[in-house]
Amino acid sequence: METSAPVERVELGSFTFTADDIVRFARAYDPQRFHLSNEEAAKTHFGRLCASGWHTAAVWMKLMIAHRKREAARARAEGSTLPRLGPSPGFENLKWIKPVYAGDTITYFSTVVERRESRSKPGWAILSTLNEGVNQHGEKVFSFEGRVFVEHRSEPAAAL
Amino acid sequence: MTSLRTFEDFREGEVIDLGEKLVTREEIVAFAEEFDPQPFHLDEKAGKASMLGGLAASGWHTNAMLMRQLCDNLLLHATCMGSPGVDSVRWLKPVRPGDRLKMSAEVKETRTLKSRPDMGVVRFLMTVANQKGEPVLLQENAILFGRREKAE
Repeated sequence: METSAPVERVELGSFTFTADDIVRFARAYDPQRFHLSNEEAAKTHFGRLCASGWHTAAVWMKLMIAHRKREAARARAEGSTLPRLGPSPGFENLKWIKPVYAGDTITYFSTVVERRESRSKPGWAILSTLNEGVNQHGEKVFSFEGRVFVEHRSEPAAAL
Repeated sequence: MTSLRTFEDFREGEVIDLGEKLVTREEIVAFAEEFDPQPFHLDEKAGKASMLGGLAASGWHTNAMLMRQLCDNLLLHATCMGSPGVDSVRWLKPVRPGDRLKMSAEVKETRTLKSRPDMGVVRFLMTVANQKGEPVLLQENAILFGRREKAE
């Protein structure tokens, strides 16, 4: 049985949601009025321009991959490699807890809560993760439980 | 002026057609470059070497495309007040360049809120299927809609 590493909440990085970025994403994927302008958002309970929840989620993914690339470079410099990540079969309990307003900076985190061998894909394990976004006021705005395939390795390696 | 669909206009068991979306290679790569730059979402050769068996859209991109179809075919014609989140999403099969995705939303439950007389909750099971009729994405989530008396 693999010894498990202590559960660690990893900081992935921060991202500031500009009005331009919010509107660009919303125009393509979520053109509801509270995601398109302050003037329109003011007529709703949101009050001012805020990001699509799917934009908030997509930026978590963006920062996760950027974090992995930095960790892979660090491993290479130390003469080792990270196990390959596979795709994800999906996620659960995604919560949009508070709006992400234009100008907000969200810091994202990921914690591996479980690792189990995949029965359907020999040579691969599935990581279960708890993922979060916190704004500049320290308020949690976003969270979800993710799953991702990771290549099985005989020696323990950092999961993230 | 056509009136907006309100909370009262949803019926359990109703299936709402969300239309069809043609997925292009350009859009797959553009989304992946910005939000999910893993090799199997950017490049056919890397895709073939992976579990996905070829270039495939980011799951988050498929969700974003579903959201756009949901807006165009339902939310922009309704008193939508946002959503608290998503209970589950399953990414069942790869979404390839050239796929024509048919999308639909089945109303599973409608529920009033004692604490908020101006809105109700509608829970959906949304399905995205490809041109072979294979489900590629299943999503369960709740969306808040304003009630008729308060509709603008």
